[in-house]
Amino acid sequence: MGMTVSFLILAIMTLAGGVAAMTLRRLVHCALALAVAFAGLAALYLNLGAEFAGLAQLLVYVGAIAILIVFAILLTPTRAAGEEAGLQKAFSPAGLGGALLALAVFAVLAWAVVTSSVARQPGAEAAPSASMQEIGLALMQRYVLPLEVIALMLTAAMIGAVILAMKEKRTGAGSGQSPELRA
Amino acid sequence: MTPLAGCLLVSALLFSIGLAGALTRRNAILVLAGIELMLNAGNLNFIAFWRFGPHPEFLTGMMFVIFSIAVAAAEAAVGLALILAIYRHAHTSDVSEITEMKG
Repeated sequence: MGMTVSFLILAIMTLAGGVAAMTLRRLVHCALALAVAFAGLAALYLNLGAEFAGLAQLLVYVGAIAILIVFAILLTPTRAAGEEAGLQKAFSPAGLGGALLALAVFAVLAWAVVTSSVARQPGAEAAPSASMQEIGLALMQRYVLPLEVIALMLTAAMIGAVILAMKEKRTGAGSGQSPELRA
Repeated sequence: MTPLAGCLLVSALLFSIGLAGALTRRNAILVLAGIELMLNAGNLNFIAFWRFGPHPEFLTGMMFVIFSIAVAAAEAAVGLALILAIYRHAHTSDVSEITEMKG
């Protein structure tokens, strides 16, 4: 059994979104392409039979993180109205080095995948069952400690993010805030 | 090519795209987006191994993906807050212009 047509279409959509997100010049276009890539990944999870993970991906990445990135882009305007200098100049040493390094990493990973014996086993034909009930029971029984730890970590991260993004108070500066912060 | 190998190759390609973006883009927000793409490539691997691996009934890969999504959400929130704080301080989000700590 080879790969299904739906898998190929979704993979191409995801990869095209990823490439567009990393190469387009306008930042807002990059954020939208990133949302396409995340949505493609969510569809890939659904295609592989992981409904819960796919829907969580859709909610968290497309719903929250993509919007958060758009907000960050709009809150940090660059000089040329949301446009940055794109990739490092086409053949600058840094840009070329980064691309070559990524290509080398992909070559090693692809070589490992193609030559491994694990990837040659056919695997299960039918998707394994992962109903909401089973996931809920697993979260509440076997994985209850990680669940609580992740809840604590999310709370700490949200408080930390709010504190980091809060306006700084200048101590001992008389007026409290510098003029550019007040603007 | 088996479906598992296809998933792993797509994931490797996505990881390299994210790595190339994180290394070559100059805007800090897009560096963060590249890191998110790399995290997602890892998640796709977990789902693929859960789907085609020997013991899917333990839901290990699925649980790992759920916790990894939560960690990535926290990371994105803190990262974007850091970028906002740096922007307020240096008035740029271009990582090649923030050189205050350069030795």
